[in-house]
Amino acid sequence: MNHAAELPALFPAMPEIILAVGAMVLILMGAFRGNQSTGAVAGFAVMLLIAAGVVVAVMPSETSTTFGGSFVLDPFARFFKLLVLVGSAVAVVMSSEFLSTPDRARFEYPVLIVLSTTGMLMLISAGDLIALYLGLELMSLSLYVVAAIDRDRLKSTEAGLKYFVLGALSSGMLLYGASLVYGSTGTVTFAGIAQGAAAGGIGLTFGLVFLLAGLCFKISAVPFHMWTPDVYEGAPTPITAFFAAAPKVAAMAVFVRVATTAFPTVGVQWQQIVVFVSIASMTLGSFAAIGQTNIKRLMAYSSIGHMGFALIGLASGTVEGVQGVMIYMTIYVAMTLGTFACIIAMKREEGPVENIADLAGLARTKPGVAFLLAMLMFSLAGIPPLAGFFAKFYVFLAAVNAGLYALAVIGVVTSVVGAYYYLAIVKVMYFDEPAPAFVPMRGELGVVLAVTGLFVLLFFVWPAPLVDAASTAAKSLF
Amino acid sequence: MASWPVLSVTVFLPLVGALLIMMLRTEDEAVKSNARWIALWTTVITFAVSLVMVWRFDPGSAEFQFVEQQPWLAGTIKYHVGVDGISLPFVILTTALMPLCILASWKPIQRRVKEYMIAFLVLETMMTGTFAALDVVVFYLFFEGGLIPMFLIIGVWGGPRRVYASFKFFLYTLLGSVLMLLAIMAMYGEAGTTDIPTLLDHDFPRNLQTWAWLAFFASFAVKMPMWPVHTWLPDAHVEAPTAGSVILAAVLLKMGGYGFLRFSLPMFPDASEYFAPMVFVLSVVAIIYTSLVALMQEDVKKLIAYSSVAHMGFVTMGIFAGNTQGVAGSVFQMISHGIVSGALFLCVGVIYDRMHTREIAAYGGLVNRMPVYATIFMIFTLANVGLPGTSGFIGEFLTLMGTFRVNTWVAFFASFGIILSACYALWLYRKVVLGVLDKPSLAAIRDVEPREILIFAPLLVLTIWFGVYPKPVLDMSAASVTALVQNYHDALATPKAFALERSSVPK
Repeated sequence: MNHAAELPALFPAMPEIILAVGAMVLILMGAFRGNQSTGAVAGFAVMLLIAAGVVVAVMPSETSTTFGGSFVLDPFARFFKLLVLVGSAVAVVMSSEFLSTPDRARFEYPVLIVLSTTGMLMLISAGDLIALYLGLELMSLSLYVVAAIDRDRLKSTEAGLKYFVLGALSSGMLLYGASLVYGSTGTVTFAGIAQGAAAGGIGLTFGLVFLLAGLCFKISAVPFHMWTPDVYEGAPTPITAFFAAAPKVAAMAVFVRVATTAFPTVGVQWQQIVVFVSIASMTLGSFAAIGQTNIKRLMAYSSIGHMGFALIGLASGTVEGVQGVMIYMTIYVAMTLGTFACIIAMKREEGPVENIADLAGLARTKPGVAFLLAMLMFSLAGIPPLAGFFAKFYVFLAAVNAGLYALAVIGVVTSVVGAYYYLAIVKVMYFDEPAPAFVPMRGELGVVLAVTGLFVLLFFVWPAPLVDAASTAAKSLF
Repeated sequence: MASWPVLSVTVFLPLVGALLIMMLRTEDEAVKSNARWIALWTTVITFAVSLVMVWRFDPGSAEFQFVEQQPWLAGTIKYHVGVDGISLPFVILTTALMPLCILASWKPIQRRVKEYMIAFLVLETMMTGTFAALDVVVFYLFFEGGLIPMFLIIGVWGGPRRVYASFKFFLYTLLGSVLMLLAIMAMYGEAGTTDIPTLLDHDFPRNLQTWAWLAFFASFAVKMPMWPVHTWLPDAHVEAPTAGSVILAAVLLKMGGYGFLRFSLPMFPDASEYFAPMVFVLSVVAIIYTSLVALMQEDVKKLIAYSSVAHMGFVTMGIFAGNTQGVAGSVFQMISHGIVSGALFLCVGVIYDRMHTREIAAYGGLVNRMPVYATIFMIFTLANVGLPGTSGFIGEFLTLMGTFRVNTWVAFFASFGIILSACYALWLYRKVVLGVLDKPSLAAIRDVEPREILIFAPLLVLTIWFGVYPKPVLDMSAASVTALVQNYHDALATPKAFALERSSVPK
């Protein structure tokens, strides 16, 4: 404590430090023991993520900043950090089968996920543009590599390369936007930008647009979504599950933080952008998914649509709206992980399958799995009383209260369109004649599916804890 | 008043039964039989519990009774249930019909019995919950939640075009409802609460009333269904299994009418008055046009489905007449139609189970082999026509009388519906039941068995009892209906005074 003047307070960044140090130890472990240590490395990685999660959970709830304001720890950050850590840990757990296949067992895989998660946590806590970029790049670079981790498969390498090229482009745009913002406000801290932005100016507006474009890419919102279906399809399925959950949460968190803390004074301008992006994502997500036959591509379009719905909350620009985004992302993560647990388990004797038609008659061959997946599908469609309904309820409520009626109407109409393809999956499982059965589901996937399925099914019984937590967290931003 | 939460027990007891059935493993004959018995006992006990409410209900009061409140979602959205004279008849209708539906599915459903019974029990919870909800969000939850089991019932156990029918049913009703959800949110934003009793006393600004009314109309008109958004109903009815059709016609359609009575009329009185002519026109078109369409049908179920649309036209007409006769008549008509149309679908189910076709042309002369069936079918056909002495007459008469006082022409045209309904219903009866039995396939058809008589008996008794002595239903709803109509007219009479009062109070 005596050296507080020289050394920044490290306690707020403890989870990140744990993960970063742990990742280095794991690299050493892998380097010394080679690929046969993959299982152990993965196990330790999960433990690290859980440990970081526990630290986040027990941290004091007041807001604190460190590293000269670059790093902010507030209830908002803690909420999203917990969500990201859960998403990452579950993704590693769901990869255990992939990692136990001899020619795919690479110890780098869990290490990269831990590193990527470190980046996400930094991103969520970013208090200025530099920290934002650092976190974003740490997250993204690790993601590019894991997308191509199945390097002997053409599709996987293609996915990695595509993701890398487009990701680099978007990072460039984001950086360019950041420099324009810095140029016109003279500062990189969000609080400073908020003051400087009041004056407005063309440079700031351009900077804002580029900055948001970069962030839209990371959450795969239209028109920066092109990479999503290909990467989702090409990457190994456990990786896709990871992509669909944690990075989107982190990027959405920083999107909200930048919009509400750095640019509150130019709210009108980013609101327009967010409204457009939201409408475009919802529309494309619901219409483009209809024609898909591959379930991973379908989930890609579904996730694009869901990002559009979550952005409705941000578009309203109120505490309520941010609360809505947080509830939405939490429920989205649960639904996504559960659905991917099913997709990973879509496997016959001759190998994994990815077509929706392969689910035919699942209600006969595996009634339990089919029931839970059906609940997840109804929840993704936003049908009450499942959790997905509450997710949509809070963002639409915020939009209506903010007077964004057109956005809300378009939103609910696209949600009906989207309901079509989720119903189509239920139809395949329940109405169609059974296809050959899948091999038995692995235990850890079953647990993930059961927990998420019951979460969406029983959320309505006691929704108050999540709603309250999101409310507290959202207030800390304003 | 109640020492135990009788209403919540009524609503959630079926879920307990569903859980019990879920615990059953495998799918052999013993398990199927267990699932049936559990479902039957659950619905019977639920019915018995709901009768406790009839016993304890105070018909002199227009207040909500058996009220229960629990904190639920953060903020002001609570789990709040209760019934008044308008909702209680629907709760009883639902709980009373459920055991009959389970009985009606006893033999016809041999495939995936467990899931079928679970779907029905979940559906029962959703339906009673819809009528009992006293919070708009809770209402919406139950209202929409019913789509999931019904979607599965049509899609899994339905006829050849079940996939098309189930999707159409689901998406059509969903589209209507999501607009209502937005209106609910706007009301929440305006009044700061989702509590129905509070909202009933809230004066919504004119502009919001108009939009919210339209949004609610989108949902309830589809659910009713009103012409021209009725097209999902014939498909859904035709493809659904018998018990599904019964529930659809008897209860699910009533949710729309109940919604009009619970929300549109009392909460948006100005908008209701403004749009009443439109509703009248749509109702009259529904009554005349769909009756004519019914005349042209070749499928028994489709004919009854179209006749349901026509009968619902009387209901919407009566509701928006906005006077005591009209509203009380609508409530009565809905209850009566619930019994009669449910029974008619069960009648169709009886011959469908034997012949596996619903084509009118495939039948004829059934009276020769099935005299008991012919008698039962005749009574329900006449009730459907609205013959005095059956329950169908009371509702139609009251709604017409109520409308006549508001708009003579509407009543004039609507009364043609009664004539037309006699045309198609008697035509159907003649084609199917009367005449010479000359089709070889029908030569061995059996008359109704004891299980089926057990299903029809209570419905027959109620049809004739309510036709001769409608007082029980009318009395139960009288106080609430009077209060509703009174408030409606008060609200219409005082808008200007209110506007002045508001503007004169500085804020």
